[in-house]
Amino acid sequence: MLLKKGAEASLFLEEWHNRKVIMKRRLPKKYRLPELDLEIRSQRTVHEPHIIHKAKEAGVPTPTIFMVDVADANIIMEFVDGKQVKEILDHVSPEERLSLIGRIGGMIGRLHKHGIIHGDLTTSNMILTPYGKVVFVDFGLSERSKELESKGVDLHLMKRALQSTHYKFAKECFEAVMKGYAEVVGEDETKKVTEKIREIEKRGRYISER
Amino acid sequence: MYGILPHLDICGRGVSTWTAKRFNTPKSVDIPLSKGRVYCEEPQKLPVNNSANSYCLGIESTADDFGAAILSFEGKVLSNANDAYMPKKGGIHPREAARHHAEVAEKVLAEAFEKAEIRPRDVNLVAFSQGPGLGPCLRTGATAARALASYLGVPLVGVNHCMAHIEIGKLATGARDPVTLYVSGGNTIVSAFEAGRYRVFGETLDIAVGNCLDVFAREVGLKQRRGVPFGAIVEELAGNGKTFVSLPYTVKGMDLSFSGLLTAAVQTFRKKKYSVEDVCFSLQEVAFSMLTEVTERALAHTEKPEVLLTGGVAANKKLQSMLRVIAEEHDARFCVVPRGLAADNGAMIAWTGILAYKSGLSTPIEKSFVNVKWRLEEVYAPWVEG
Repeated sequence: MLLKKGAEASLFLEEWHNRKVIMKRRLPKKYRLPELDLEIRSQRTVHEPHIIHKAKEAGVPTPTIFMVDVADANIIMEFVDGKQVKEILDHVSPEERLSLIGRIGGMIGRLHKHGIIHGDLTTSNMILTPYGKVVFVDFGLSERSKELESKGVDLHLMKRALQSTHYKFAKECFEAVMKGYAEVVGEDETKKVTEKIREIEKRGRYISER
Repeated sequence: MYGILPHLDICGRGVSTWTAKRFNTPKSVDIPLSKGRVYCEEPQKLPVNNSANSYCLGIESTADDFGAAILSFEGKVLSNANDAYMPKKGGIHPREAARHHAEVAEKVLAEAFEKAEIRPRDVNLVAFSQGPGLGPCLRTGATAARALASYLGVPLVGVNHCMAHIEIGKLATGARDPVTLYVSGGNTIVSAFEAGRYRVFGETLDIAVGNCLDVFAREVGLKQRRGVPFGAIVEELAGNGKTFVSLPYTVKGMDLSFSGLLTAAVQTFRKKKYSVEDVCFSLQEVAFSMLTEVTERALAHTEKPEVLLTGGVAANKKLQSMLRVIAEEHDARFCVVPRGLAADNGAMIAWTGILAYKSGLSTPIEKSFVNVKWRLEEVYAPWVEG
């Protein structure tokens, strides 16, 4: 059953050896040249499970991987039951919102501390389970890096995602993210990252304070 | 003909000295400090005439193009005159471009009036490109616009250049609520309208895609022909390319990066292993696949009914065909701005000015500073439904 047709991959909810699983298939893109398409799809299919495993080592909950099929660009993984943070963030109380976002900030901190850059930090890629655990999904655009630049771009994306989908609370939410982040990576590192984010924003086009 | 524009020598020599003088003044004199200054904070009650007999003059001078156009308030393009600055070598030199604009302003404006067959005093509104763009160039256009508006005694409207590209695309194609990919020499933006603003979903983190193609073309020694942008020359060569060379494909979430791609493409060419046609072909494939991927993400996210391609690079047939594929897959209508309105032009400024004016917005002369870093998201657009 097609669960979600994303831009990059399609998610299918399937039964696999008596288990509810997610099949993440990177279907060929007709607009891309076949050589380029194959290169991008197989590279992302190998890379994603690898980094999902690294995230677990860092202590960030991610889905369990059951099987990887490179030739078909198909990954079979655990179906995480719960709600996307995107859906609930606007409907919870302000205290709950900030505490949830703060925890997410801490998890981003743990990823960064272990040299994992998620690459697509939006609230639709975080799932809140009924047990209150936040699971990070979709590492399709992630990379390994300990550079300040990568960390900055990653958090800059999170900020942009908050601004475009939760614009009403974007500012306070991002502050909560950085607070949670600081608790994990420490104040000094956070200060450096915050400065980097500012620099990245200024590098972007037409910022009035540049 | 020039006799009917007696004050226009302001836009001739006078402007260059004015611009030159401004160069030495402190930055704060000319660049607005806050974002909200651009339109009147409170919409004024303006005598809005909604007929075909009302005309708007639009002046565009953001970068290398100086354009002037006359549009009727209904959205009919009566004239769209243009003169582009051609650097002798390298890219656009802002001051040289501004000098060019000052020199051709009178000629281009006169041509716009002549083609539209109206007199300057028939104009009811003057719109100008207020930003974002190159400061000296913007100021030249703004000076001409202020002078004309005050001489003719008509209201002045400052227009956001990026928004103008979107609005003219909507006017020309009939799109109502699209996901827009705006690609040009200076900008690469994926945008859609949400909650009162054109939100930027993705954009370049460094250089624009058009800039990437231009610089590549210059670095590998392609020759520019008058009226033919470098992008078109790269497209022509890419059509004869056969071998695909792997180049860095950089998509970071919704954002893009082209500077690494540019460096890699130039280096690949310099190794002399592949022909210029092959490198052009590969560069286009990679750059446009990146753009299409991000646009598809925005489309999947917003579920808008249309995809609009606008800006100078919109004229590229390869990019058009790639976007058409994703639009069809998501059951969206694919719209592309016509060639004549793709690059920077006065018509888009005039049309956006008309839309703003009809919503009761205008820019008093004392608040008509140019804003070289005016972001699309900052612009108030009450005329858009959604």
